[in-house]
Amino acid sequence: MADRVINGMKIEFMAKSVNESFARAAVACFAAQADPSVAVIADLKTVVSEAVTNSIVHGYSGVEDKSLCPIYIQCRLFESGRLVIRIKDRGRGIEDIETAMQPLFTTDLDGERSGMGFTVMKSFTDGIKVHSRLGKGTTVTLEKRLDRK
Amino acid sequence: MEIRSEKNEGKTVAYIYGEIDHHNARLAREKLDKIIEHDRPISFYLDLSSVSFCDSSGLGLVMGRLRKCNTVGCTLTVQNPSGAAMKILEIAGMDRIIRIEKGE
Repeated sequence: MADRVINGMKIEFMAKSVNESFARAAVACFAAQADPSVAVIADLKTVVSEAVTNSIVHGYSGVEDKSLCPIYIQCRLFESGRLVIRIKDRGRGIEDIETAMQPLFTTDLDGERSGMGFTVMKSFTDGIKVHSRLGKGTTVTLEKRLDRK
Repeated sequence: MEIRSEKNEGKTVAYIYGEIDHHNARLAREKLDKIIEHDRPISFYLDLSSVSFCDSSGLGLVMGRLRKCNTVGCTLTVQNPSGAAMKILEIAGMDRIIRIEKGE
């Protein structure tokens, strides 16, 4: 039986680091309707923060005018209790996704990045897909079961 | 995010309050390094008991302070990490690299 979408939302914001807290709070608020546990909400906030930070630090690195740097988040809540979050940028894209997803791998050597963003996203969700095209952007799709309290 | 510190002889404890993400990690880094440079402690404690949110930027922050402490010749201990902070530290295996003290 097909899993039906029962609710959805989309937001778009500029790739400014101050919006990292906005993005994770927005997704957490949307997810709250399914009455998940505090731990699930905490995981969601963390993974959204990781993906949005990647778009800001890597996707749009070197772009001064942030008004040209949109980040899109789409959430879909399914009847089964699955939440699917799609976080998309129109940045430079990832050359080698497999390498980028390795623990401790980072291209940002001056910024004290830990290289653990994708590892955290993998560990804190029930599924992750990364689609990227050089010069076009990156889409990270995260799936999390919102088990009820 | 807010940072306060207290110095007692050769020991400095820095308390981080609030959320650690990429946005405020830079400011935290600057403040903590200033404290380390000013106090020149023998042992530096990073108290994470009041950290309400922590993503991998927090890992970078802790790893960076470990390097800083090694450079100036003091030890680093993470003190009473909150659930949010501990979960991230464990995922990265940092609980095996860095000294973590729990409980007062």
